[in-house]
Amino acid sequence: MTHSGTTKPKGSIAAAPEKIPITLTVNGTEAKLSVAPWTTLLDALRDHLDLTGTKKGCDHGQCGACTVLVDGRRINSCLTLAVMKEGAEVTTVEGLAHNGELHPLQQAFIDHDAFQCGYCTSGQICSAAGLIAEGKAKSADEIRELMSGNICRCGAYPNIVAAIQQAMERS
Amino acid sequence: MASYIGSATSRVDGRAKVTGEAKYAGEFNVPGLVHGYVVDSIIPKGRIVRIDASGALGIAGVIDVLTHSNRPPMADKDDAYKDEVAPEKGSPYRPLYDDRIHFTGQPIALVLAEDWETARVAASQVRIEYQKEAHVTDLHAERTRAYAVDVPEKPRGDAERAFASAAISHAAEYSIPTEHHNPMELFASTAIWENGQLTVYDKTQGVQNVQQYLCKVFNLQPNAVRVMSPYMGGGFGAGLRPQYQVVLTVLAANALKRPVRVMLTRAQMYALGYRPASIERLALGANSGGTLDSMQHEAIAVTSQFEEFARNDTGWGNLLYKSPNAKFEHKLVKLDLPTSCDMRAPGAATGVYALECAMDELAIALKTDPVQLRLQCYSDRHQGEDLPYTSKQLRECYRQGADAFGWSKRNAEPRSMRDGSELVGWGMASGVWEALQVPATVRIVLTANGHAEVATAASDIGTGTYTIMAQVAADMLGLPIDNISVKLGDSTLPQCPVEGGSWIASSVCNAIANTARAVRGDLLELAKATQDSPLSGAGVDDVALIDGKIVSKRDAGRAVSIASAMQSGKAERITREEINQPSEDKSHARNVHSAIFAEVKVDEEIGIIRVTRVVKAVAAGRILNPKTAHSQVMGGVVWGIGMALHEETLYDHRFGRVMNANIAEYHVPVNADIHDIEVIFVDEPDEMVNPLGIKGLGEIGIVGVAAAIANAVYHATGKRVRDLPITLDKVIEFA
Repeated sequence: MTHSGTTKPKGSIAAAPEKIPITLTVNGTEAKLSVAPWTTLLDALRDHLDLTGTKKGCDHGQCGACTVLVDGRRINSCLTLAVMKEGAEVTTVEGLAHNGELHPLQQAFIDHDAFQCGYCTSGQICSAAGLIAEGKAKSADEIRELMSGNICRCGAYPNIVAAIQQAMERS
Repeated sequence: MASYIGSATSRVDGRAKVTGEAKYAGEFNVPGLVHGYVVDSIIPKGRIVRIDASGALGIAGVIDVLTHSNRPPMADKDDAYKDEVAPEKGSPYRPLYDDRIHFTGQPIALVLAEDWETARVAASQVRIEYQKEAHVTDLHAERTRAYAVDVPEKPRGDAERAFASAAISHAAEYSIPTEHHNPMELFASTAIWENGQLTVYDKTQGVQNVQQYLCKVFNLQPNAVRVMSPYMGGGFGAGLRPQYQVVLTVLAANALKRPVRVMLTRAQMYALGYRPASIERLALGANSGGTLDSMQHEAIAVTSQFEEFARNDTGWGNLLYKSPNAKFEHKLVKLDLPTSCDMRAPGAATGVYALECAMDELAIALKTDPVQLRLQCYSDRHQGEDLPYTSKQLRECYRQGADAFGWSKRNAEPRSMRDGSELVGWGMASGVWEALQVPATVRIVLTANGHAEVATAASDIGTGTYTIMAQVAADMLGLPIDNISVKLGDSTLPQCPVEGGSWIASSVCNAIANTARAVRGDLLELAKATQDSPLSGAGVDDVALIDGKIVSKRDAGRAVSIASAMQSGKAERITREEINQPSEDKSHARNVHSAIFAEVKVDEEIGIIRVTRVVKAVAAGRILNPKTAHSQVMGGVVWGIGMALHEETLYDHRFGRVMNANIAEYHVPVNADIHDIEVIFVDEPDEMVNPLGIKGLGEIGIVGVAAAIANAVYHATGKRVRDLPITLDKVIEFA
């Protein structure tokens, strides 16, 4: 080390909690990992499984960038501890395309230019997949309302709605 | 082959973004990565007396805690910390430098641990003893301390006397609160030392700006440092200057000789730059014929105690309206806050808001339609410089925007239009920005297989730079767009300034044209060397590259394929690099213009305001890609809606601290807030502004939108709210 000053006291005054082995099915593949109970599903995906397509925008469930599908339902993965999802099926943005063919929502987002910087996009697409599965949204107003947990700071909202409508029509 | 320029082209980086393959600064997971977590100041001003890190260091997995007293060396001169876009005056903030506290949220320790969660919990165990000093953070309370900064707008005539004798006049004060950019991506950096080389993945709008800054701050050789930002999750101005996390990340990597990542929290990002709060005073005097005799605009904005950030809010009226008498003054108040910074259309988003609300109020006083007043005052010359414009299709913006909106059906009387239980209001405003250019260099490598790599050190912050560059290069080289690969966001690529000010499209695309011309010249020489060349005697500007061929412009039958020219010349590749310098011609003003029409519906009982329709007509020279251009302007309109109705950084001035430092209580527009937005691009050929006629679109989207909405709220309710944001508590009194 090139610096000096603070010295490390002997012995731990606190210890990180012990890691717990869990098994998740992520994008159709079984993943065994060992995580501390304080590790969120978001950090487990990004830091442990290197699935960085799922984004961290606030870590407080406020922005929706971390949205993934767990057992088919959309959730904020930053508000979910990984150990709570033992045995669950998790789908991230990396798991939507099949054999190189984009998911209809992914294609629709490109067709309608439903993003600019791309950082909210994974969450928007996973959230839209969950929305379509819920079957509640019919009108544009209902899509707007039920997609309002996913913030897009670039302001692509009208294009996001158009993309979801295209995917709905084709699904 | 059809032209790619001007055609609605899907983003070439679209697939990477919808599949999650696009990697951002905090996503480079490398073996042995150390995670940093910032401990920041809870006081706005004073000194650090003592830092007790023992509680953090005792936690298993914690590697070290860096503070000002144990950090590795860094530069001790201001010049080292002055980045490409630093304010001219003042001393830039130096992260983790000494015991001085300049603002709440200032980093004072960096906890380094084997994993992020451990670093976070350990950060909570660092004990800091402060010595507090008295602070000031309230612009409105400190406005009497405002001092004028030099501004280029000269006064004309005697504005005060003309105002006093005007037939009809309007004077009022408008205010805009502090706003934060809140890009979706958290600010993050990853620093990796490998074989004496430092690679830094950084969230930045300017990789070379950060690279040069790091070299100066850490006394590193330029060829030892590479800064990368292939994708950026939103900038909006927040990433123009190097942010403190990149300094902390490199400090830690230097200390530990291990790869390090530091990612800020959303709350910590409220201690970065921000759009300064401002108070804007407008005084307009008109004669009875309805033209301006006097125009005065004074602004007071926030900067820090240690740097003087100023973006003139007040000159915009000179670009829009004739007035024989005019006076402008931009003032600053220094507060115990971080230095303010650029945020979408700095100076214009705020200044034009106030100006265009004042014009609406003047139109009401004159009993004149607001569009009509603007046409009566319309200026074909820049009033301050007395220069004609390279182009100014603003009249056409008013006309096409009004037609698309249905403005002629407006009843001018406030509270006269209804939709069920909602009051309907229609308002309009003008927008203006500058068509800027900066020196930029582009390298093209054309290979014999008909593929070209086009590279510059610009960043694509979501604006579509990858895509427009591919379009322009494909056209200029006569190749299919799929054969073009664009490289950006790497400091080792040819020189390019920060991505901001709406200058990147015109700068890099004209540089592509210059470089492509050089490539064409090389190809022509190869083609002329072939036996019985049909192009013998032709000069570089006598031929074009079309459909993979070098073609005579005079006789399309005279052509040589690029492949055969390169093959016969035994050239495997042609590499060229050319710069584009901005024109030095000062004979014309270079600006981009727009007209905005907005409809609001206001619930009469509870005051909820919805922006149900916006039409934005833009005259911005040549539109390279209507698809991404539409998104850029639409996004600016969404920002204008946020500025008008939602956005406000709230301080508790007793503690000098932001109260809503999160993305739930700092309100930004969500999907349900946004309804119909129509973007119109008015045809505006302009070969004078630059050879390709590109003016840029990044800023114009937001300018004037908040004014159009404020004017519509007045029209709906009869209530004039001059202090943004227009929240329902401010309009509820009318009911």
